[in-house]
Amino acid sequence: MNRYYWILGAFAALVVLLAVGLNLNPREVPSPLVGKPAPDFKLAVLGQPGQTLSPADMKGKVWLLNVWASWCVSCRQEHPVLVELARQQIVPVIGLNYKEVRGDGEIDMRRIPAEQEVPLASRRAEAWLNDHGNPYTLTAMDIDGRVGIDYGVYGVPETYVIDKTGVIRLKHTGPISPDVLSGKILPLVGELSK
Amino acid sequence: MKRFILLFALFVASTAAFASSAGEAAVAADPVAEKRLQALSKELRCLVCQNETLADSNAELAVDLRREIRGMIHEGRSDAQIVEFLVARYGDFVLYRPPVQANTLLLWGGPLVLFVIGLIALVRYLRRRNDAIVAAERPLSTEESRRATELLKETDPK
Repeated sequence: MNRYYWILGAFAALVVLLAVGLNLNPREVPSPLVGKPAPDFKLAVLGQPGQTLSPADMKGKVWLLNVWASWCVSCRQEHPVLVELARQQIVPVIGLNYKEVRGDGEIDMRRIPAEQEVPLASRRAEAWLNDHGNPYTLTAMDIDGRVGIDYGVYGVPETYVIDKTGVIRLKHTGPISPDVLSGKILPLVGELSK
Repeated sequence: MKRFILLFALFVASTAAFASSAGEAAVAADPVAEKRLQALSKELRCLVCQNETLADSNAELAVDLRREIRGMIHEGRSDAQIVEFLVARYGDFVLYRPPVQANTLLLWGGPLVLFVIGLIALVRYLRRRNDAIVAAERPLSTEESRRATELLKETDPK
């Protein structure tokens, strides 16, 4: 009899282990960048020729960096949430447009002359923001995705919460749902803004 | 006509696939650097597909990262520096061979612990069985054999 309890216990332990393991999200990779200074960049600003943006320009403010692209389907899902957030003017949202042209699987890059990529990216990004609303204070254009690599971007959309001293405090991979915004992002922004 | 269209579509698709791999091959002119890239990227996980190595993956990010690694090899950076570059951005998750540290102790030590537990259980079981065998094979004492013959006599139906 004693032995059966033993086997039953071992089985129950296995079930618990599997239940926990299978409910974890393998897409959620903890970012080593949390707690570190936001990687520096200097990128052209969408719609403002000659102007550049770098994280240093945002020193002293709590801000969100939202990685997006017009070809990104999940970005459409989170976009209304961002537009509403921008309307409330709680926290500035900076857009990082990620590989607008070359990231689009539909585009054959061999047909696009190198000097055409930047203007095409600007046109596409602007058109998309006109259609869906523009929640971004500014949008920086990461044409070749190098800045994305520095930020450890592996699935658009991604959102970073950056504090007044320029340190990344949170990274969210995937679309921002209203729950994520009110439960995770806004409380942190409130705390950091004190 | 339909068959012709299908064939044409297949032809276009195959040339497109060929051309994109040719694009990457063109950058890979240096065979030594390419060998290093291959060896390195076999140890690294593609963040997009997660179960594929950076060497095998065709995801866009994997292509970008291979380009980045190639650049670093040309700059003369060591393998350790390149791995560090990726770990700093994507975490230990990119390594197929996780480093031994506090949060991976169970992963690395677990099998050994299980093995030791199994060994102890096996030794205990064998000892107990041995004791039982020895006890069974021990010759009966004079008192015991006297009782045994008595019992046998009692049950004898004669």
